[in-house]
Amino acid sequence: MAQLSKTAVEKIEGICDRHAAEPTPLIVILSDIQKEYGYIPLEVQEVVSRKTGISVAEIYGVVTFYSFFTLEPSGKYVIGCCLGTACYVKGSQKIIDQFSEILGIKPGETTQDGLFTLDALRCIGACAAAPAVSINGKIYARVKPSEVPNILAEYWKMGENAKEGTAHV
Amino acid sequence: MFKSCEELQAKIDQYTKELESKFNGRDGKRYIMLCGGTGCIAANSLGIKEKFEECIRREGLEDQCEIRVVGCFGMCSQGPFVRIFPEDTLYCLVSEDDIEEIVERDIKGNAVVTRLLYEDPVTHERVAKMQDICFYRKQRRIALHGCGIIDPDRIEEALGCGGYRGLIKALSMSQQDVIKLILDSGLRGRGGGGFPTGRKWQFAYDQESDAKYVVCNGDEGDPGAFMDRSVLEDNPLAVVEGMAIAGYAIGAKEGYFYIRAEYPRAVARVRAIIRQAESLGLLGDNILGTGFSFRAHVRLGAGAFVCGEETALLNSIMGQRGMPRPRPPFPAVKGLWDKPTIVNNVETLATVPYILREGLEAFTQYGTEKSKGTKVFALGGKVRNVGLVEIPMGVTLRELIYEIGGGIQNDRKFKAIQTGGPSGGCLTAEFLDEAIDFDNMVAHGSMMGSGGAIVMDEDNCMVDVARFYMNFIRDESCGKCTPCRIGTKRMLEILDRITEGRGTMQDFDDLEDISSACKTNSLCALGQTAANPVLSTIAHFKQEYLAHIKDKKCPAKVCRNLFSYTIIAEKCKKCGLCFRNCPVECISGEPGKTPFVIDMDKCIKCGTCMSSCRFDAIVKE
Ligand SMILES: Cc1cc2nc3c(=O)[nH]c(=O)nc-3n(C[C@H](O)[C@H](O)[C@H](O)COP(=O)(O)O)c2cc1C
Repeated sequence: MAQLSKTAVEKIEGICDRHAAEPTPLIVILSDIQKEYGYIPLEVQEVVSRKTGISVAEIYGVVTFYSFFTLEPSGKYVIGCCLGTACYVKGSQKIIDQFSEILGIKPGETTQDGLFTLDALRCIGACAAAPAVSINGKIYARVKPSEVPNILAEYWKMGENAKEGTAHV
Repeated sequence: MFKSCEELQAKIDQYTKELESKFNGRDGKRYIMLCGGTGCIAANSLGIKEKFEECIRREGLEDQCEIRVVGCFGMCSQGPFVRIFPEDTLYCLVSEDDIEEIVERDIKGNAVVTRLLYEDPVTHERVAKMQDICFYRKQRRIALHGCGIIDPDRIEEALGCGGYRGLIKALSMSQQDVIKLILDSGLRGRGGGGFPTGRKWQFAYDQESDAKYVVCNGDEGDPGAFMDRSVLEDNPLAVVEGMAIAGYAIGAKEGYFYIRAEYPRAVARVRAIIRQAESLGLLGDNILGTGFSFRAHVRLGAGAFVCGEETALLNSIMGQRGMPRPRPPFPAVKGLWDKPTIVNNVETLATVPYILREGLEAFTQYGTEKSKGTKVFALGGKVRNVGLVEIPMGVTLRELIYEIGGGIQNDRKFKAIQTGGPSGGCLTAEFLDEAIDFDNMVAHGSMMGSGGAIVMDEDNCMVDVARFYMNFIRDESCGKCTPCRIGTKRMLEILDRITEGRGTMQDFDDLEDISSACKTNSLCALGQTAANPVLSTIAHFKQEYLAHIKDKKCPAKVCRNLFSYTIIAEKCKKCGLCFRNCPVECISGEPGKTPFVIDMDKCIKCGTCMSSCRFDAIVKE
């Protein structure tokens, strides 16, 4: 298991301290860590446990209960296909199937290159835009299955550019 | 810092005048409002704002106009909107390209740009004012009061729009009188259960305890519903005020908002309004010098539908896995940290200030005998006007779907309306003239629910819809009790079989057995109601189930294994459009030479070929 750096440990402890006055702070702490790091691996849970006195078993139980907390990092682009009822009755299943087919991953999984995570979302409240897809917060409205390859191409290109960018540095 | 009710009241009067003068033009300016709801933001409301500002600047009209992004206007399918006062003109489906014209003709020329007005789907007349549009005509805004009117980031506007007058009133009454008023109003919980709010408050009031809590349930789990989010985003002070009134009534000094993490904007707005309220002395110790102290905190949900259930929600606030526990003891007796706690829905709390501010009759004039007031619905699916609507209870389903909703999209045939989300049921055309209220919906085998209202047409397969909800519930079952954990899984397997064409008649009996076991033996309502969508679709659409099981056909052509696409050779013009559009390359043929053919083994039934064919040469059967 990877060792956490000293600064990482301090940062996590800082988050724990920030909520020390709360009567039952675990979920608040985990939310902040998830926001800061994008996931909550076991090593991090151990730090939280040491700091708060809550057992790792309990922390792990909470992390795995809520879908918002993840044990693994998500991809660079998180594709959220809305599967709320309003989107579903307008064919959103076809949209997510299409993403799934092209990326070769199931909902909840991340592509091997770490570029995409595919998520099934429960109602993002853009029902007039049904079926709606949200990619890193940007909303695509009334998506058709035939548009999926183009949407992905946009991000593949951005991903490529970003890679080239870092290669030059 | 306001030190007394009189001081606050004086300021409220001033803010009210200021806000009114924006709308009636007494401030000498045109007031331009843009919708800031999620739907409109996604459709470029902010780009429109920039463009507007640029035009106004260029024309040197800055002193004569004020532009604001406010909350959701509700009629999401017609957004983005521009609403201009004092004339109160509403422009719909506006794009950046329309702004020049609006500025030129309306702002400068005082004329109306007719082509951007709402077009009535029946009469095809253009309608200029919001309240004359069919979508708004029957609506009455109580819970949504101020939403789409005020700028939610400015507490002055919330105060100028009725905010805190309810709390001032409550603080002049005894706790017991406040509870009695809520009881007499007949207000019932808007979170789905419909429990009388006053009764719940009375239980908590009657408990002796050093600490009590008020919790606002903003978990809004029903997929396809976003009423509570809209209230939290667009008039958060109303919910804070409702919570404070509840706190005063039962004797609580502390309140918790539990808001789903998927609603970051709602979370930010509520946090911001709490901070502003604290700095003005509207929350905190000794509020307005009355001796009443109340603080509000925000806790985030973390993606678990079951946390909408009140005991699970309380466990989640206490940092644990969000699993329900048996009741009694009810939260009103033993809730957060074992102290008396009331859990109320967002919309319930947002309604409370209205009752105090406007009085009993202003509320009870709406509704039916046992369901008073209004209810907010997120109307979605196959209706023309998709959006948020608040209707007096007692309005019929027909009025909701055909007047407010403007009828079914593309003139298809209405099939069913599902309310109550995954715990609810569907109602068919024969129930269209039934009144919407708590008891009547239940009497006909559905339920009011928290406000999701999904309209389905003949292209929707009801077995597939039932499977959709069961899949949702199976995913969200917390696993604590066996009937729900295993029952929902088994029922899903059966529905999978039926929709895949492997169903047998035995499956009906099994569904019935398992659903009754789930209903009577599950720990919480999630499992107890899990089978409702299945039972109600079987009740109304048995023929459709039979078609899947016996004929291996999906009449609505939704279930993939039970229909196929075929290219009619005689009609195929060999253009190759389908072939180029097919995402899985399962169509073969040579452009200009032979008719194209679909390889059914590879086809994923996405329908792209059919919608791309210009010669109607592809059929679904
Ligand atoms: C599985 C499940 C999910 C629920 N989800 C919600 C919800 O999202 N919002 C809500 O207000 N109530 C929800 N409820 C109902 C709550 O348990 C509770 O009755 C309600 O918050 C009480 O507030 P009210 O009386 O103001 O309606 C849910 C109940 C169950 C069983």
